[in-house]
Amino acid sequence: MPLFLRRKMPTLQGIDLTCVRGDRKLFSGVNFYLEGGGLMQVQGPNGSGKTSLLRMLCGLATPAHGKICWEDAEIRSLAGVYYGAMTYLGHLGGVKDDLSAIENLRISSALAGVEIGEGKAREALQQMGLRGREMLPAKVLSQGQRRRVALARLLVCGTVLWILDEPLTALDTAAVKLVQGLMERHLEHGGMIVMTTHQEIEITAAATQRLQLA
Amino acid sequence: MFFQITRRDLLLAMRRRADVLTTLFFFVIVVSLFPLGVGPEMNMLRTMAPGVVWVAALLASMLSLGRMFSSDHVDGTLEQMLLSPQSLPLLVLGKSLAHWLVTGVPLVLMAPVLGIQYDLPADSLLVLTISLLLGTPVLSLIGAIGAALTLGLRGGGVLVSLLVLPLYIPVLIFGAGAVEASAAGLGAGAHLSLLGAFLLASVVLAPWTTAVSLRISME
Repeated sequence: MPLFLRRKMPTLQGIDLTCVRGDRKLFSGVNFYLEGGGLMQVQGPNGSGKTSLLRMLCGLATPAHGKICWEDAEIRSLAGVYYGAMTYLGHLGGVKDDLSAIENLRISSALAGVEIGEGKAREALQQMGLRGREMLPAKVLSQGQRRRVALARLLVCGTVLWILDEPLTALDTAAVKLVQGLMERHLEHGGMIVMTTHQEIEITAAATQRLQLA
Repeated sequence: MFFQITRRDLLLAMRRRADVLTTLFFFVIVVSLFPLGVGPEMNMLRTMAPGVVWVAALLASMLSLGRMFSSDHVDGTLEQMLLSPQSLPLLVLGKSLAHWLVTGVPLVLMAPVLGIQYDLPADSLLVLTISLLLGTPVLSLIGAIGAALTLGLRGGGVLVSLLVLPLYIPVLIFGAGAVEASAAGLGAGAHLSLLGAFLLASVVLAPWTTAVSLRISME
């Protein structure tokens, strides 16, 4: 994965972030600093602004106050460069009902700037435990299987920063293990992960930090 | 990437043929209702034909605008597009092209057949088809702006028509005007050139505006 061979250590930094939804302040004064190899788990009860924070980190939402920097430059000013280094997996997996698992994976990775052939897509799906279901339209797959299709993107995208919103929902224990292994490997190679989850997971990482939202 | 997104949308349209056909049948039925309603008065039909066909084309393209971004919005693929390192206006242009191929082109192909119901002479039919060929892409491009602005709103369908239909007026005037001018022996060149100019302007400006609207709607 060539992205990991870069000279500079990637960093993601949030400075004094405030999120306002309607006229309610969800959180304020959130600071964090994440380096290559680092995992940040965002925790907090429902409605504490976890998803809002992740959407800010992707640049989908703008913080009411504060700024987010990728390698010392604000993400808004980076746009394409930042998006080329980041993969976001939200609540909605971005899996199209009418397309097969392979078509879904190929299109979503093309959108992420990585063109992959059918062979590579098939391989990634098989690695996610979808052998024999690659050609089925996504609408006949179960929730967990659709999630696996979405997660297969992580295998092919080759980005440094993964922003994962509840990646483990609907997954069975085998798949949870699979994803954990995937994340550990990513962190070992110097990748970074920001994630939310309500499940207890054990990931051995060089640097794990927890960000508690009230 | 531009062609990939177009291909994806065409593929999706092929798997949901019903959606495509409803737009086309709506167009066919609306255009066919007028001769039945006003009666077989040849001269009157001939004068009203361009206007009726064009208004029906506007309404038909309106019908399908809602689907342009909403299905991508619901399943999260739109988020992926916004977070793509590829240029968003280019992706939007690709989607607009797919929308036109799916909803605009069938109307263009069908128009000469429907024109016969109005007893239009051959050269008027030709001008009508050319004017639709130049004008319908503008409808898709401008419509995309409205679809992006009303994304995720309740009652977005009505709102989108209020936003977009006024912007369609110039296309309607010059599109229908081209046929009338050629029937009157004035030549349709000026009208068609103006339609071409609208097309070029909207190819340049509309995807960019749509991209900005999408970012605003997704906040």
